[in-house]
Amino acid sequence: MLEDIAVDIKNPFGEEAIEVAPDNILNALGRLKRDHKFERLTSVTGVDRYPAEPRFEVVYHLQSVANKRRLRVKARVSGANPEIESAVPVYRSADWYERETFDLFGIRFRNHPDLRRIMMPEDWEGHPLRKDYPVTGTRY
Amino acid sequence: MPIDTGITTELDVQRDHELHEKEKSGTRTMVLNMGPQHPSTHGVLRLLLELDGETILKAAPDIGYLHTGIEKEFEDKTYQQGVTLTDRIDYLAPLSNNLVYCLAAEKLLQLEIPPLAQWTRVMLTELTRLNSHLVWLGTHAIDIGAMSVFLYCFREREEILRIFEMFSGQRMMTSYFRIGGLALPHPRGWNKRVKDFVDIFSSRVDEYENLLTNNRIWTGRTKGVGYISLEDMLDLGITGPMLRAAGLEIDARKDSPYSSYEKFDFEVPTRTENDVFARYQVRVQEMRESLKIIRQALEGMPSGTHQADAPGITLPDREKMKTQMESLIYHFKIVTEGFRVPEGEVYQAIESPRGEVGCYMVSDGTQKPYRVHWRGPSFGNLQATSRLIEGTLIADVIAAIGSMDFVLGDTDR
Repeated sequence: MLEDIAVDIKNPFGEEAIEVAPDNILNALGRLKRDHKFERLTSVTGVDRYPAEPRFEVVYHLQSVANKRRLRVKARVSGANPEIESAVPVYRSADWYERETFDLFGIRFRNHPDLRRIMMPEDWEGHPLRKDYPVTGTRY
Repeated sequence: MPIDTGITTELDVQRDHELHEKEKSGTRTMVLNMGPQHPSTHGVLRLLLELDGETILKAAPDIGYLHTGIEKEFEDKTYQQGVTLTDRIDYLAPLSNNLVYCLAAEKLLQLEIPPLAQWTRVMLTELTRLNSHLVWLGTHAIDIGAMSVFLYCFREREEILRIFEMFSGQRMMTSYFRIGGLALPHPRGWNKRVKDFVDIFSSRVDEYENLLTNNRIWTGRTKGVGYISLEDMLDLGITGPMLRAAGLEIDARKDSPYSSYEKFDFEVPTRTENDVFARYQVRVQEMRESLKIIRQALEGMPSGTHQADAPGITLPDREKMKTQMESLIYHFKIVTEGFRVPEGEVYQAIESPRGEVGCYMVSDGTQKPYRVHWRGPSFGNLQATSRLIEGTLIADVIAAIGSMDFVLGDTDR
């Protein structure tokens, strides 16, 4: 699957997982939906690998109802400019998930129709799920 | 041109309203705020509605009022402590959440769970499904105007909560499933308690159906209400009974069995009408199927231990702790330090009463999870609110959003 653009194909714990370059994400998701029958995007989320670079992983979980398969697609974006193309043109369910990822990690999704905070108040400063954000209190 | 996502935002409502205001001869609309403290929004969902008379032109859901940072908290707790957080995410289905969290961690640890623990998990998860569906049916009926169903449903729910209390010592925040098995062995007399419940419950479901299925008010308020196309549902992330009420036979218990569900004989009820009434029928039928599973688990409960043979992960036997120094040391170390989980990442999905719960767990090899993402079914379902209620009447909003069966704790986490 997607051998030509995949950076890494893994099979950990019996789960299928591929990694692509962030520029290819829309292309990859589109092909997976069209050619491999992954009709559903179950979630989009992030992982912060601070202080490693590239800092953020954007993780997409797909499901194929017809073939009873699940797949994890991953792309890494840098900490200095965490930005990736929005998946909304391919999967509309990405809308709120990307807003959540933006809110909690500060990863920006290009061409997202409505990229605002969803969980935290609109005037909140910082992104709580980042590893350099404290668990208690507001500063060290 | 912006993409039509099917999700209306507050800005869209405002813009549309102003547009209508400008057209002097056109429709005059009203913007109405519903929630977050509205009784029929079941928690703190806020809806912004644009109304033309009684017709809803635009509806924008607004969430986040119950955000408690549970995903951040997971990263600060050891794996075993994290189980207690899962109860609090979807507080109407605590054991389903315990299960998915434990399964994810056990996948990382590659633990073999003894049959007794697996079957108990199945039995209690199905009781949780009954519990959740009973709360849904009761509150949904009360929203639509059938007061008495609520009282009957909560009578049976009370009995389920007593069973949970018997097993775990807690009625709602059970935390009974632990990584490696169960928290405690079976309590004395559980068999009779569950059997008594199973024996009466089938006739109780008949009772609810007698009250509702042919009730003219009920059918009038639910039939043909809350339609949303199957394509929209799949595209917007809806899972669970709503998909099954639209004719799609999708159920993680059948598609990718976990915790020995493959050994149980049950059906996945589906309907094709795709309205509030069909969702009601699917859930009532699911209650009957769950009952079948509970009965099978009760009759065929295997013998054995309640925890996996995994020293260093599961707590040592209490009797041994009193006589053997090693056991005492192990107990102390597991409780204070936790256990290390090998590096890796997994995604585990199960079928909760509301749909697909997914637990994405990333481990960096330490005692605490590096990252836990909770894919709650309510979050995905709520995304479709605009599509579900735009163009309908305001009186149908209550019936339509009630049929989604969301829990805001699960949405906002």
